[in-house]
Amino acid sequence: MMTIEDFGRVLRARKTTSEQITNECLARIDADNRRINAFILVMADEARAQARELDRELAAGKDRGPLHGVPISIKDLFDIRGAATTAASRVREGHVADRDATAIARLRQAGAVFVGKTNLHEFAFGTTNEDSAFGPARNPIDPTRSPGGSSGGSAASLAAGMALATMGTCTGGSIRIPAAACGTVGLKPTFGEIPTDGVVPLSRTMDHAGPLTQTVGDAALVYEALIGEPRKTPPAAVPVRGLRVGVLRRYFCDLLEDEVREHFEGALERLRAAGVTFDEIEIRNAGDLGTIYLHIVLADAAAYHAATLESMPEKYTKNVRLRLEMGRYVLAEDYVRALAGREMLRREVDAALGAHDALILPTLPIPAPLIGADTVQIAGKAEPVRNVMLRLTQLFNVTGHPAIALPSGTTKAGLPCSVQLVGNRMATDALLRVALACEPHISPRS
Amino acid sequence: MTIDSWLQATIADAERRGLPELKPILETLARATKALRAADFNDRADAGANQPSAPSP
Repeated sequence: MMTIEDFGRVLRARKTTSEQITNECLARIDADNRRINAFILVMADEARAQARELDRELAAGKDRGPLHGVPISIKDLFDIRGAATTAASRVREGHVADRDATAIARLRQAGAVFVGKTNLHEFAFGTTNEDSAFGPARNPIDPTRSPGGSSGGSAASLAAGMALATMGTCTGGSIRIPAAACGTVGLKPTFGEIPTDGVVPLSRTMDHAGPLTQTVGDAALVYEALIGEPRKTPPAAVPVRGLRVGVLRRYFCDLLEDEVREHFEGALERLRAAGVTFDEIEIRNAGDLGTIYLHIVLADAAAYHAATLESMPEKYTKNVRLRLEMGRYVLAEDYVRALAGREMLRREVDAALGAHDALILPTLPIPAPLIGADTVQIAGKAEPVRNVMLRLTQLFNVTGHPAIALPSGTTKAGLPCSVQLVGNRMATDALLRVALACEPHISPRS
Repeated sequence: MTIDSWLQATIADAERRGLPELKPILETLARATKALRAADFNDRADAGANQPSAPSP
């Protein structure tokens, strides 16, 4: 499928139009959405009208930049004016957004065409996309498997060619996990960099917005539009030779499915051959990460949902309701302990990055799990799917560091594996330059 | 509140509210909270002479 950069070239060479590429995406949605259930709402008429208007603008000499005329799908957690924001929940029945979320307004200003709103784990509170009022989204590579979550419909729509890019949100890994499960790039920028007003919250202290794309260059283009500084081309890659990268092994590589481990080691080998130097780095308190994350996300989410848990509990899916109810029992003193733990982890990640251009670790310890699986076998032991899926991503939601997931090959069964690079806070641009340099060596397709 | 008394009270409250299926996940949360309270980053009022009275910023 065409990347945003490819599309921009042929668009400006007058070899295609926004209307044409939008129609191609809508045709794929029409043909395949029943199979993968990626979309909650398809905005065909609005998208065609947007595309035609953007074609007219370009013909008249108005070029909005790299996203001009680009069909993008949007996780149904973002407000798009005039459309419902369902959050994949019956709790939101009857909602209609009266304005765009700031992130959406910036994409609109940059010329994006919104093809529709994508399925997700209800209220973004899960990693598999199984609990949705609209039924589970499915992985286009193997529809018996999850596309990951919570931005599962977004990743599925991109991997199935239904959009050239997609918008996700991420509280514990909800951009990088589905990117890994569907074989795409997923960027979680630094916490607070992209406004989340007009986005239904899960945890206001850990929610991030960011793009899923086919390439790092495309992620950079969408990211720059999202921060309100669109540019014509992606940033330049730094030289790969001489990069110094910290490898997170202890805890982060303790629990990996065999083929995921092989692909991770393969990516390290290729990078080493290209001139990257690696140091083994330890996050001393990584073992406390899960419990710190849990106490923050449960309490933050429970505060937002308390009123509707009382007034319309039957409208939640069972699993999400129970998880939210659990959050209502977290004690204030334990929430404060978790916040102290977050500060400690933030200092440890800052220190780990100190002398390094980036940190590297796998994104997802397993390939996309089967829909309906509660546990997954790793090294002969049954592990809970939810815990395993969050294990490698949630740290950087707790600490706010930017992180990007890149495909690193496929298993023998054809399921994607993924590697994650992490950068310094408020230095997402620098992380993208490192990722651009590493991409040809991490992603065999490149 | 100790973890044990917290767990007893929360399970009783969940049952009173007609949510007995919360019991196993509250037990899971209790184990997580126990680990959180035992973590070495917690500071405490009786910190010894060789420990800082508050974490460094």
